[in-house]
Amino acid sequence: MIYAQHVLTHLRKDLRLEWRTKDSINGMLFFALLVVVVLAMAFDPGAYPTMTRQISGGLLWVALLFAAMTALNQSWARETNNSVLDAHRLAPSPASALFIGKALANFIFVTGVEIVLAPVFTVFYNLHPLGETWKLLIILPLGTWALVINGTFFAALSLRTRNRETLLPLVLLPISMPALLAMIQATTAVLTGQFEPILWIKVLIAYVIVFTTACVLLFPTILAAD
Amino acid sequence: MPAWALIWFALTLILIAFGFYQAMTAPKEATMGNLYRVFFYHLPHTILSFVFPYLNCIASLLYLFWRNRNVERAAASDAFALASAEVTVLYASIGLATGMLWGRAAWGIWWAWDARLTTYLLLWLLYVSYLLVRRYSATGQSAVVAAVLAIFAAIDVPICFMSIRWWRTQHPAAVFGGGPDSGIDPSMVPALLWNFAAWAMWGAFILGLRYAIERRRQRRANAIALGFLTDEPQPILQEAR
Repeated sequence: MIYAQHVLTHLRKDLRLEWRTKDSINGMLFFALLVVVVLAMAFDPGAYPTMTRQISGGLLWVALLFAAMTALNQSWARETNNSVLDAHRLAPSPASALFIGKALANFIFVTGVEIVLAPVFTVFYNLHPLGETWKLLIILPLGTWALVINGTFFAALSLRTRNRETLLPLVLLPISMPALLAMIQATTAVLTGQFEPILWIKVLIAYVIVFTTACVLLFPTILAAD
Repeated sequence: MPAWALIWFALTLILIAFGFYQAMTAPKEATMGNLYRVFFYHLPHTILSFVFPYLNCIASLLYLFWRNRNVERAAASDAFALASAEVTVLYASIGLATGMLWGRAAWGIWWAWDARLTTYLLLWLLYVSYLLVRRYSATGQSAVVAAVLAIFAAIDVPICFMSIRWWRTQHPAAVFGGGPDSGIDPSMVPALLWNFAAWAMWGAFILGLRYAIERRRQRRANAIALGFLTDEPQPILQEAR
């Protein structure tokens, strides 16, 4: 159980840092809200309820994706101050524990944003889901984890590059395309009730398993990249 | 350039010319007429652009394996990974461009979000992002970062392929399913095979050339780092200017 303790220590550290500064969660929340408003300008959600139902799954995930990206960029930046990252490399704890702890912390932040954003979305866009809404309780965490696991990994990867703020979306978006497709399709299925989301939930589960394994295996290489 | 490379290059040029002759003299297609002849260039390029990513992935895995064991081999496999990624992007771009030209002429539209086109576009995007990462990353670390990204991209391609196929079977595409799935007339096969051989040889040639250039750049960078060479332009180059 020693590995779980390491993960928990990292997670607790990240949560405490966030609790004291509240940098990323405030930024994310307001950014996501702004994206929702801007998207409402792009089309009139009140006038076309059927169309709104069909596209709002995609809009919700796009807002979350952009919001998560702003926070993911900062999540490793605080580790580079005073060479904390080098201290992590010297520490006797496994490198992947650091990664899992950070990914869990990001997962909690993005989930917090979702909890606030989902009611706002429903109110602003006058959504009446026609499918089984409880399935969103499976889809949302799975989709969030799929975004966050690769996002955390590639944020660590782009620490090694110049202009990392630009680089993260350039790398993250192509890699997460299958996950984005799956979570948008599953959410649309629940909102419109026209087809079953089960296939897309399976795709998401497969994606999450494959990429969590790849990230955990390759993270020590990234941490010791120089 | 060694003699065998020159012979290979000459052979490739002859094959490309012969392939062009074959493609232009192959019998007319029943419905599309002469229009279909772009197919002899479209198909080899698209198929080959699914081969080079695997070379890229293998080279990246070898790089990560040799990184702390054998520096020389690691540098060689990194150069090979870069060369194969560039050839992937080149061939995929040609595949996309010829496909769009053909689609515009045959279907009346440049692009359709059908399963094959979407997957292919994603393949192109993945390897363009790979090249961008190489360009942006700091020297000395770009090889590791790029190798890890190459492995992720190689994992992503099959997942993309499957998920987009499921997506498009749920929502049938409004336009045609894809290329000539039903097989082609036997009289067109020789032209296709000649072109395939020609473009495979061409791909191997530019891959080798790019690899040699990258190896030379690595050796030069090493020599500069060790102090054998200065960072200044060489005197011969200055005189020539």
